[in-house]
Amino acid sequence: MSTVAETSMTLTPEHDSRPSASVRSRLQDALPKIVLAPSFAATIVFVYGFILWTIYLSFTNSKTFPSYAITGPRAYQRLWRWTFESDPPSSWYTSITNMGIFGFLYIFICLALGLFLAILLDQKIRGEGMLRPIYLYPMALSFIVTGVAWKWFLDPGLGLEQTLHQWGWTSFHFDWIKNKDFVIYTVVIAGVWQASGFIMAMFLAGLRGIDGEIMKAAQIDGATTFQLYRRIVIPLLRPVFLSAFIVLAHLAIKSYDLVVALTSGGPGGSAWLPSNFMYEYTFKRNEMAVGSASAVIMLMTITAIIVPYLYSELREKPR
Amino acid sequence: MSVVTTTARQDTGGTNTKTLNRIVIYGLLALFALFYLMPLFVMLVTSFKTMDEIQNGNMLSLPRAPTFEPWLKAWGETCVGLTCAGIKGYFWNSIKMVVPAVLISTLLGALNGYVLTKWRFRGHTLVFGLMLFACFIPFQSVLLPMATILGSLGRFGVTLQNATGLTFGLGNPTVNLVFVHVVYGLGFTTLFFRNYYEAFPTELIKAAQVDGASFFQIFRRIMLPNSMPIFVVTVIYQFTNIWNDFLFASAYAGTGDSMPMTVALNNVVNTSTGVVEYNVNMAAAMIAALPTLLVYVLAGRYFVRGLMAGAVKG
Amino acid sequence: MLRKLLIGTALASGLAFAAHAEDVKEVQMLHWWTSGGEAAALNVLKEDLSKEGYAWKDVPVAGGGGDAAMTALKAMVAAGNYPTASQMLGYTVLDYAAAGVMGDLTETAVKEGWDKSVPVALQKFSVYDGKWVAAPVNVHSVNWLWINKAVMDKIGGTEPKTFDDFVALLDKAKAAGVIPLALGGQNWQEATMFDSVVLSTGGPEFYKKAFNDLDEESLKSDTMKKSFDNLAKLVTYVDPNFSGRDWNLATAMVIKGDALVQVMGDWAKGEFNAAKKAPGTDFLCYRFPGTDGSVIYNSDMFGMFNVPDDRKAAQVALATATLSKSFQSAFNVVKGSVPARTDVPDTDFDACGKKGMADLKAANEGGTLFGSLAQGYGAPPAVANAYKDVVSKFVHGQIKTSDEAVTELVKAIDDAK
Repeated sequence: MSTVAETSMTLTPEHDSRPSASVRSRLQDALPKIVLAPSFAATIVFVYGFILWTIYLSFTNSKTFPSYAITGPRAYQRLWRWTFESDPPSSWYTSITNMGIFGFLYIFICLALGLFLAILLDQKIRGEGMLRPIYLYPMALSFIVTGVAWKWFLDPGLGLEQTLHQWGWTSFHFDWIKNKDFVIYTVVIAGVWQASGFIMAMFLAGLRGIDGEIMKAAQIDGATTFQLYRRIVIPLLRPVFLSAFIVLAHLAIKSYDLVVALTSGGPGGSAWLPSNFMYEYTFKRNEMAVGSASAVIMLMTITAIIVPYLYSELREKPR
Repeated sequence: MSVVTTTARQDTGGTNTKTLNRIVIYGLLALFALFYLMPLFVMLVTSFKTMDEIQNGNMLSLPRAPTFEPWLKAWGETCVGLTCAGIKGYFWNSIKMVVPAVLISTLLGALNGYVLTKWRFRGHTLVFGLMLFACFIPFQSVLLPMATILGSLGRFGVTLQNATGLTFGLGNPTVNLVFVHVVYGLGFTTLFFRNYYEAFPTELIKAAQVDGASFFQIFRRIMLPNSMPIFVVTVIYQFTNIWNDFLFASAYAGTGDSMPMTVALNNVVNTSTGVVEYNVNMAAAMIAALPTLLVYVLAGRYFVRGLMAGAVKG
Repeated sequence: MLRKLLIGTALASGLAFAAHAEDVKEVQMLHWWTSGGEAAALNVLKEDLSKEGYAWKDVPVAGGGGDAAMTALKAMVAAGNYPTASQMLGYTVLDYAAAGVMGDLTETAVKEGWDKSVPVALQKFSVYDGKWVAAPVNVHSVNWLWINKAVMDKIGGTEPKTFDDFVALLDKAKAAGVIPLALGGQNWQEATMFDSVVLSTGGPEFYKKAFNDLDEESLKSDTMKKSFDNLAKLVTYVDPNFSGRDWNLATAMVIKGDALVQVMGDWAKGEFNAAKKAPGTDFLCYRFPGTDGSVIYNSDMFGMFNVPDDRKAAQVALATATLSKSFQSAFNVVKGSVPARTDVPDTDFDACGKKGMADLKAANEGGTLFGSLAQGYGAPPAVANAYKDVVSKFVHGQIKTSDEAVTELVKAIDDAK
């Protein structure tokens, strides 16, 4: 694959050595850039321009509406102070600790479960065509309503616990959704349910793409199935892991309706994620400066995590 | 690959172990299928129950007297705001927004991917990196500045209309939503196509160039016919995301005339004060999700094939 | 180019008409009343307007008790597309008025005599800088108890007049094996109940100073501490699964007789009505013990935006219809609330509605009509939500003692001011 990419370099306009530089051919040379330009310009304006706008607002005293007089970093000072208020926990403290717990578990479990299911499905399973959409469908449903179904299921008075009690297992106890210390884990469960099937599909595709010759060679060397996966298959899936990570990270930081639909914020606001914090402060509490500052901090955190990955993936690889 | 693993198992164990393995594998798959299906089961049985039974019965039990009433009500009678004609009318609003948005963003993604892999220029990596990172912007923080810009475009549209009699769609809520979804979908579509075309044999393009084919001719005659799998992947991804978007839809197209399905569904489900008809809500949710579900089931095969063909390769 | 023009035409054809000087006979209304009963109530207004020849363009955005609608409104205002009117609450009206996007209905208000008939406390929010900017639709009151009569009879209870009576009543219910208090453990429900607790514990003067004037001495006083103690006492009477429960499910517990009582605003009556229960025979409505004579209110208002001149006539028609006696009566009978003007006849209302109207009138005249802090009528949203945070954290145990709660309350409110 890398050789292909290298050859493609020779096609770039810079390497074009035709002597005639008529207007037409110059236009032809610039065409790729002209085609790309609208998308890139839109990204610069509507993403990076708006990020700058958000940064600007975070240094103002914006409340219900944007105000454009710079008043200093009070919003950041407040967030900084809230970062250390753990008893009783400030909403910001809850949001960022929850993000840590949720982000880690959600991404880890989705990756693990997705890979596991993909490996199982890859064992020449009869009915794969039926199972695949079953694992995938949660992505297609809006959480506005599946949230209600999950809420019922996890409610000890309505769902699983009550049902098992009716079936005679009366010692069964499962009330995480009502517990301020455990409610975030129910958000993880529902989140994993929604996204893991999609991740499974990505891994399944990756598995199908692995060259059979490599596997055969390994088997001739006497590798067991387990060794085969651990030593050869999983390392080969590395690009899939990284793509899946990007998709999951993006879903994790945007998990707003998940928390609202499932927990309405949790007991005493204990299920908040930073996206809830941002929405609450920007739109509900009319503290737009604080909301903007929290958005900036979220973006900075994402930058710190994503940019090294993008760098390692996109830089010209040694060939 | 699966062939190989099966052989491996035959080498290491006897027929009994093999049978046992199969039982374990099918058992696990079925168990997880149950986990994924459980909420759907809850929604389905609820949607066939009467309100009495929902309030007094167990949520996991089958309906004692199944009724289609909630489905009929959700389809044609339930109130979305003051209009009580069900959610059927909102399909069209969503479709006329989703289809152009998906097609335009996918086509642009394809062109971008084509340029970023086959017509590289200095700084192409930076351009791609910037577009990819754009996937991560929280939509809540773009809501207001985007509204301001859409508002200005709308006023410009009125000026245009006064001058020429045409608005070119500026200010139309559906056009606005298409625009917004295209802009914020570009990151993903470009990512998908760029990674797909990365693996596409450059020799073909080189040969075409020697034959005098132009930039667009190569794209149309060589790239597009070979991009079916990745098109399906991108279309499914975009379709799901845009169909289910609530934030932009509610903020930019709240009026009944152009209200998309998600906003209508939300208005049915999220009542503030008043009786909650869970059975109708569940039925409405499943009706609203039908197009996406259909896309998933029908295109599922291509979906996996498309991913395999390049989307997941870094 | 030709193709582009064609596309443009195709897009434009679906679009609105040119802006002519002629009046637009249409009102655009943003609201979050989407449930059957509420929509039916609002439909009365739609019908009234259509009789006058005005079309109704509905912009419903439900969710989060108006949060989603307010987000949509902010985006609409940022885009410069003002609706004719929007359902709004308390301080939000004032925020938008301060931003200069509200219209001016003073002329109509004078002609219709709104300043005399609308309670003074409400005018603080519907009048900005001497101008009428909003038309109040109703007055909800939150210091109510909703009691299942069958359960009440079974345990032999009587109307509690003091907080201690109330506790004794709850004890009786507990002894009889019913859940004494139905509560939904969401922050706004907890804070709404706490509004009543504070009024009951500290009296009208104290409530006003603490929750309307945000007087720091009152906020950190022993009375406030006692109020938190009382709240803690009430929370011991709820069932273990209360956390996160929707308010209407809590009401359903009372309707079914699983629970004795719910402390909730009068919109709860809509649930009883929907379940075909009648006041006096199936359920009882009492004022929260120790708050008789005072009313903690919130009110739905239609904020009127500064629309172009050709839409002003429609706006005036909407406002006039909203505050007409017939609509006020018809709407509020359905909604469970009471009219926003005190001169509407109470003939069509049930017993609870009649009491609510009489209480409102008396409270308006006696100066004991106070805005609910939990419902956004006591202080701006930043403060109100900081307050809800503290109450909810106290109920769910992140804040462990009343002392700590008072300290946190003062700190949070100070921070949000």
